[in-house]
Amino acid sequence: MTAHDYTADEMMSVAAARALSGGQRCFVGIGLPSTAANLARRTHAPDLVLIYESGTLGSKPDRLPASIGDGILAETADAVISVPEVFNYWLQPGRIDVGFLGAAQLDKFGNINTTVIGDDYANPKVRLPGAGGAPEIAANCHEVYVVVRQSKRSFVDQVDFVTSFGHGRGNGERDRLGLRGAGPTLVITDLGVFRPDPDSHELVLTGVHPGVTVEQVREATGWELRVADDVATTPAPTSDELAVLRALKEAS
Amino acid sequence: MADLASLSDAIAELVHDGDVVALEGFTHLIPVAAGHEIIRQGRRDLTLVRMTPDIVYDQLIGAGCARKLIFSWGGNPGVGSLHRFRDAVQHGWPVPLEIEEHSHAGMANRYVAGASGLPFAVLRGYLGTDLPNVTDTIKPITCPFTGETLTAVPAINPDVAIVHAQRADRAGNVQMWGLVGVQKEAVLAARGSLVTVEEVVDELEPVPGGMVLPSWAVDLVAEVPGGAHPSYAQGYSERDNAYYAAWDPISRDRGEFERWVERVRSGDEVRT
Repeated sequence: MTAHDYTADEMMSVAAARALSGGQRCFVGIGLPSTAANLARRTHAPDLVLIYESGTLGSKPDRLPASIGDGILAETADAVISVPEVFNYWLQPGRIDVGFLGAAQLDKFGNINTTVIGDDYANPKVRLPGAGGAPEIAANCHEVYVVVRQSKRSFVDQVDFVTSFGHGRGNGERDRLGLRGAGPTLVITDLGVFRPDPDSHELVLTGVHPGVTVEQVREATGWELRVADDVATTPAPTSDELAVLRALKEAS
Repeated sequence: MADLASLSDAIAELVHDGDVVALEGFTHLIPVAAGHEIIRQGRRDLTLVRMTPDIVYDQLIGAGCARKLIFSWGGNPGVGSLHRFRDAVQHGWPVPLEIEEHSHAGMANRYVAGASGLPFAVLRGYLGTDLPNVTDTIKPITCPFTGETLTAVPAINPDVAIVHAQRADRAGNVQMWGLVGVQKEAVLAARGSLVTVEEVVDELEPVPGGMVLPSWAVDLVAEVPGGAHPSYAQGYSERDNAYYAAWDPISRDRGEFERWVERVRSGDEVRT
């Protein structure tokens, strides 16, 4: 059954959850990615393996973790390991299928900024939290999904600081650098869905959420947006998806 | 062999003005009480090291204890920004704060190198990012066997590492379990170490997945029940999420923050 009463944020989380499939090993960033990954595990992908950088493999929380080191992630994990181990043994060799990341700023080639807003690193307009695990998640997972609330401020032509490398300035820059993962292959926002062009690697609008127009997406994009020939419309959240999402949030 | 000491004596003995100090903990087992004791004793010009500086580093920075921060992610987890940290970086208040910024993988490997007695660590990291442009402790290195270009980061060897654990025995053997972060590496990398513990017991019962730091690898142990609050000690306490939320308005306002620091200095900081 399709639900009718939902928010744009809920649509974003549901769309992001649907992108994950069972059996995948997913390195989960806290916040929006964690919400979506847990929703996926509680709906269509019960055997999704959730890995958190605090050192948990296979966490199975029944509520959303309040932080990256929430005790429930350790208590429900298949294994609890040290932080050097999670990065060196599990992430670095390419054992993880999907890196699931958020962003303060994302640009048209999928580069992520979580460091500073403004051109001058030494005198930033806004000092953001910094890199965390994201640079190596973006480099070493087989592919990267990004989930971000979209606006002209967050969706920019070129990020002020490349904290995590997406496709650089495009046209195969990842390959030339020798990065082994495919980088961002999917971006999901509260308005729609984007995928990189296979050659230029510029993000292209491939889907809009119900009730959103391409024009609205353009207005919330800080560059001259390319739009796919066929723009799909995301199916609205089902009542089951919404019920599980709300229960996860309620429980935390 | 580790000696048992009071927290105030331990900080007085181990932490000196200008030292490089790492208070480690990855959301779990953060040595917050030790940080407050550093504020109380008025240490200055510290280089603070931590992968995930959170509230206690915001407090140390706001109190003017630090001149430099080496880190990979700074925030109030689950809440937002560290406003004392931002004020120091953006406005130099109360004193300018130099920053040396890494990724988690880079910081973790810097501690591993430090603990391993090596001058640097090698990783697949930072490629294509702007971090090497602003941080001079990130350098490319060529593998002598394959010719591949990788990244080198120097070891971290703090003057003192401070961590919190669940318990120790009377001989100073330390036991911790749950999310153990990078604490073992921090202690082994440091020249001096202090472990605050929830309790000192006669005998350490084995715990599944537990880790032991032998007494001879630790300098001082201080019994500080609740010493990780508002973070938590698995098996002893729950994370006080309300404290993290309540910190935000204090951190946003210099006046509010100064009143908070006064309460810490006078010894009656009330747990929210």
